[in-house]
Amino acid sequence: MKFDEIAVSIKELTKCFGEHTILNGLNFDIPKNKITTILGFSGAGKSTLLKHILGLLQPTSGKVSVLGKDLGKMSEWELREFRQNFGMLFQYAALFDSMTASQNVAFPLKEFTKLSEKEINLRVKELLNSVGIQDDSFEKLPSELSGGMRKRVGLGRALALNPHIMLYDEPTTGLDPITTKMVNDLIVETQELNRNRGMTSIIISHDVKATLKISDYVAFLHRGNIVEYLPASEFANSKNELVLEFVNL
Amino acid sequence: MQFFYSKIIFLIESLGAFILEALSGLGRFCQFMMSFFYWLIKPPFRWKLYFEQLYFVGNKSIFIIMLAGSFTGAVMALQTYMGFKVISVDTLVGPVTALTLAIELGPVLTGLIVAGRAGAAMAAQIGTMKVTEQVDALEVMGISSIQYLAVPRIIAGTIAVPMLAALFLFVGNVGSYIVGTKALMIDEAVYFSKLGEFMFLEDIWQGIIKAGFFGFVVSTIGTYFGFQVSKGAEGVGKGTNLAVVWGMISVLVLDYFLTSFLVKIL
Repeated sequence: MKFDEIAVSIKELTKCFGEHTILNGLNFDIPKNKITTILGFSGAGKSTLLKHILGLLQPTSGKVSVLGKDLGKMSEWELREFRQNFGMLFQYAALFDSMTASQNVAFPLKEFTKLSEKEINLRVKELLNSVGIQDDSFEKLPSELSGGMRKRVGLGRALALNPHIMLYDEPTTGLDPITTKMVNDLIVETQELNRNRGMTSIIISHDVKATLKISDYVAFLHRGNIVEYLPASEFANSKNELVLEFVNL
Repeated sequence: MQFFYSKIIFLIESLGAFILEALSGLGRFCQFMMSFFYWLIKPPFRWKLYFEQLYFVGNKSIFIIMLAGSFTGAVMALQTYMGFKVISVDTLVGPVTALTLAIELGPVLTGLIVAGRAGAAMAAQIGTMKVTEQVDALEVMGISSIQYLAVPRIIAGTIAVPMLAALFLFVGNVGSYIVGTKALMIDEAVYFSKLGEFMFLEDIWQGIIKAGFFGFVVSTIGTYFGFQVSKGAEGVGKGTNLAVVWGMISVLVLDYFLTSFLVKIL
């Protein structure tokens, strides 16, 4: 597919761990300012692909460019700075369990900005309120929050530095239907709120129903390659047998 | 004959697999150490984390070190007295106990206690962070997990253990003094004069230097095994266990080599 503006461009990406080839000459462009979901069975290479986009893994061969920059040409130090362009919501939120909800959200602000304590507190309140966390939960530890609330706080933390690319790793896995709907709504709301500054959302998932509702584009990864890549509205009508099998599961 | 050959092949294969695993483990450890030294000198220096870890390794170990130190000193004095009384040198109980505490028991027991308490906790904390993706969250934010989690712990261990060993030495001597002069009735003036006669500053330095190395090794091993954790709660338990076992073994092995080196230069 051709896009006007590309956020992530992957060319001939191959990744091998020992004798195992996880990604096999993968070519893939992710459009800017859209929600793109990468679907696939377990072990298809989704997490490996995500780690390449983040620059946490180096390709065996091929090239990964993010926001026009070739990650392979960056030093370790440059890569770490570049990662501030990313926000990531982990499968189980990955909140720091020794910190309260507000401290978790304040963490990237304290690490990477020169904002005063007062400004950080204001920004934390704004972020937590925007993801639906009320003031009385600000000082709760992650262990005192429900799964859905942890995801909200995790999203607040991921958005703290106004990322250009928001990554969601299995955002609805293991959640009940109501919380799943809440997380999906939150992903769409977040994208809408940040669309004017060109934020791109990339979701790694195997939740087909949710994916088709919230995504602009859907890619299907199988055995280290993208075997189907379509607008979400056309994905269910794919002619690919594997995709049909996956969609109809 | 066939059975014999298959056994031989099995033995060779097992030995080969063991050597490969040991070498890859050594490689991972060397990589971890290189990463540690790289991030040790790179800013930002998060002083608050250093002090938090110093508090955890140092302050939180004070009670157990005082308890262990005082009773070790007391029992050392008692045992030494029983032996020395036979050959009528019971007045040497003070210096013998003090010397033993300064150059051996103080640093070694402090190292072992810290390995069991703080080394295990370091492995468990980092291991839990690893399996709950908190370590990944740091890396995704562009923060080095080695710099954020390992460096403050290792530095805190290296600083805190010598201080704890000095405390162990002090309370051990208090224990020895109380048992020696109050229970065994050694003359107080003789006790102190013999102490001054046989105990030198070099002996204390030897113990403190050794304790510094033990602190470094124990906290390095604790954090290393924390980072190696995988496979959920079972992995955390295994990592913690390995951290304690290898921490303690390293203290005892390192003790011999450090002693043979330090007695030559001090």
